[in-house]
Amino acid sequence: MPSSVTTCPVTIRIQEDDFDIAREIAVLTKSRTDIGAVVSFSGICRADDDSAKIAALTLEHYPGMAEEEIRRHADEAVSRWPLNGVTVIHRVGRFMPGQNIVLVLTASQHRQAAFQAAEFLMDYLKTSAPFWKKEESASGTGWVEAHARDDEAAARWTKS
Amino acid sequence: MKVKYFAWVRERVGKTEETIEPPATVHTVEELIAWLSGQSEAYAYAFEKPKVIRTAIDHTHVKSDAAIAGAREIAFFPPMTGG
Repeated sequence: MPSSVTTCPVTIRIQEDDFDIAREIAVLTKSRTDIGAVVSFSGICRADDDSAKIAALTLEHYPGMAEEEIRRHADEAVSRWPLNGVTVIHRVGRFMPGQNIVLVLTASQHRQAAFQAAEFLMDYLKTSAPFWKKEESASGTGWVEAHARDDEAAARWTKS
Repeated sequence: MKVKYFAWVRERVGKTEETIEPPATVHTVEELIAWLSGQSEAYAYAFEKPKVIRTAIDHTHVKSDAAIAGAREIAFFPPMTGG
């Protein structure tokens, strides 16, 4: 029988404020001795989108549904992999290049589950969580279009 | 029922949310989009490519043939681009 604690706290936050990755990892792992791996993914506002120079990015979301959609996929990740903790933070508002947009933390006893769950969560976050990006560049402002490659990335997790 | 719009759908419709009362002949999401499109040029512009529009009923993604009966809140928006 495994002697480790098997609780899996799931934290989901949508906020305007920045996050501190080290602090979030510390919160996730505090007083835990069953966690052997933490994978962190952070999404950062880039200064360019293919050809255009981006001056700023505005993130809009659907309050209520965004949290629920992330929660549904976090719960699915917990059921698919032996996870010991999940944190997802998505920021909304206006961002300059170099600023943080999203953070996904997954904790497990071993690295493989943590890596896979983090990828799964990001793939679904990009394609099913109701957030939209608007770019500001020298040529004006425009909504970012969804990429087929993101749908393809999410489709690989579909159970056959 | 309450209807919400997001991103460029919101900008084209010109409002964030509203309460609508579609006629009883409107049963599905697809029919609701067609009915709204006939209400004004703003809706027609927002829904000019109905296949691009995503829909959620009470915070859950649905397909265009989903029934709207009993829905409290229907949201229309473009494909998501978060993350």
